[in-house]
Amino acid sequence: MIEGILIGLTTALTLQNILMVMVGCFFGTIIGMLPGLGPMTAIALMIPITYGFEPATGLILMAGVYYGAVFGGSTSSILLNAPGVPGTVATSFDGYPMAQQGKAGKALAIAAWSSFAGGTLSAIYLLFMAPSLSKVSLSFRSPDYFALMILGLTAIAAFSSKGQFLKAMMMVVLGLMLASVGQDSLSDITRYTFNNMNLTDGISFVLVVMATFAMSEALTIILKRNDPTTAAKQVSLTELGSIKINKEERTKMYKTIPRSSVIGFLIGVLPGAGATIASFLAYGMERNVVSDQEKEKFGKGSVNGLSAPETANNAACSGSFVPMLTLGIPGSGTTAVMLGALLGFGVQPGPRLYMTNPEIFWSIIMSMYIGMVILLILNLPLIPYIARILAVPKNYLIPLILFFSVTGIYVMSFNNFDIYLMIGIAVVATFLRLYDFPMPPLILAFVLGGLMEENLRRSLLLSNGSWEFLWDRTLTACILATTILIVVWHVYKTFKKKN
Amino acid sequence: MNINTTKIISLLFFVFSAFYLYLAYQIQVFTFDENAPFNARTFPIYLGYAGLFFSGLKFILPDPNTIKVEHKSLEYKKTGILILIAIIYGATILKVGYFLSTSLFLFASYYFLGERRWILMFLLSFPFVAAFMYLLHGILDIYLRDPFLQLIGVMG
Repeated sequence: MIEGILIGLTTALTLQNILMVMVGCFFGTIIGMLPGLGPMTAIALMIPITYGFEPATGLILMAGVYYGAVFGGSTSSILLNAPGVPGTVATSFDGYPMAQQGKAGKALAIAAWSSFAGGTLSAIYLLFMAPSLSKVSLSFRSPDYFALMILGLTAIAAFSSKGQFLKAMMMVVLGLMLASVGQDSLSDITRYTFNNMNLTDGISFVLVVMATFAMSEALTIILKRNDPTTAAKQVSLTELGSIKINKEERTKMYKTIPRSSVIGFLIGVLPGAGATIASFLAYGMERNVVSDQEKEKFGKGSVNGLSAPETANNAACSGSFVPMLTLGIPGSGTTAVMLGALLGFGVQPGPRLYMTNPEIFWSIIMSMYIGMVILLILNLPLIPYIARILAVPKNYLIPLILFFSVTGIYVMSFNNFDIYLMIGIAVVATFLRLYDFPMPPLILAFVLGGLMEENLRRSLLLSNGSWEFLWDRTLTACILATTILIVVWHVYKTFKKKN
Repeated sequence: MNINTTKIISLLFFVFSAFYLYLAYQIQVFTFDENAPFNARTFPIYLGYAGLFFSGLKFILPDPNTIKVEHKSLEYKKTGILILIAIIYGATILKVGYFLSTSLFLFASYYFLGERRWILMFLLSFPFVAAFMYLLHGILDIYLRDPFLQLIGVMG
């Protein structure tokens, strides 16, 4: 392995490759900040350019773009409550409130350091555990995935809003219902389209997230006569952009980062699970393990609440490389695009990749780490300037948020219907938010809807329609038992508080 | 039972779930799939029942955390105008083109939100959209249909 690491370092540390990582991180950050253009688009845009390079260099460029885009997505989540990709939705739960308190620079710095630490730890896990973890990831079957998704949805409902479990579960069901619109993935039968061609492919994630987060946030601000820039006006631009993290905050991060990185990495290793489930689970777990006093701060700008999903989503990004490199199974949509690029280079990922192309395998792993260092070096000095977005007066900020939301949808579909649909969903979401119906469970359910149906379909078909698959396998039963424990614990705590 | 707005929303969600469930049973599946353990209507049926269950529970159970919204303090007029401008923007974006409709949308939104610094309003609409459009269209190669710019010969 030492020999492999040295090969990787030799390949990754050439001037050309370092330059590629820098270029990739820079462009990835810019593209990731634009709503609707996530890491997958960013990497897809890079593919034609990479074919002019050696495979290792091309993949190094793509890894840089990947991490840059993930960080860029977090920036728009924190500053504008406009997560462009599912993996950064959980970041906005505490990142946005913290930015609203005039601590935008601090929120971005916590996100940057957490991402870096999550990425560093997961690069270490990847280095030592990639081959053995690939076997573990293969042992996960459809019933386990289905149970894992039930766990994720229940956890987010239980922890997203205090004493509002039923409201959160209603939002989960609504999210799953929205995800069921469009063609059935297996039979191609259309559902809930009302003969409208625009709904045949279903409702896009960016549309739902922009409507329920960015647009409804903008409408809520106007409706409630709030001013999101109030806090920013009360502090100086230096303070707003300050990236200083105090000792108490650092101590919180030291505890959060290791546990969230483990969750993120392990979830990332599972094919199809990815950064979204990882970040939501890490957020839920963090809320569960912190003190009652700290729990109260969740959703209001908690350091733990911001650090946990950021660490987990970056760790999951690294984790998703495990099944791609060792088994040839992409762990996420983004790694699927990278897999396509690898095949384009004539490289066949799989267990033999170590032997046939060790320089590619190890240089990707090493360049991922170098990419994270460079991302941190490039982005930390820029944070004070990026944070000034919040000093833009409300009269300009709100229209600009609406503009980014509509543009994000328009560049994806090029039709008016999606814009009307987004406005409609945003109006309903604004009304629901007035009555404290939480939106995060709806988003997670919407993201997981398709996967959940797929895994339930496989499980039921394999068990011939019997629900015994839920307790046939020990792993499935354990995950379900955890879900039940979470519900029971939540109900118990609610009753205890009432009494 | 004390009926508040949350309960009314739960009741509406119950009706919505019932309608969703009714439509789930109407989904046409292939004849050979009719009695399969899982077909295109199975998951929506479960979701419909789940919606009925949770909204029903929310409606029946007492609600200790009643949310009271002061409707008089809410700014319905400005919000309505902003939504209307967004709808007009959506209606014109294809016919008029991205540049002009987006610029006018931004300009009108700034105005209705109370802004009167005309030069700043202009700079943050027309030139800003032009720069953004150059980033998308010129650099990232994302095609943006624009009949207006084609008409005046700026776009090919």
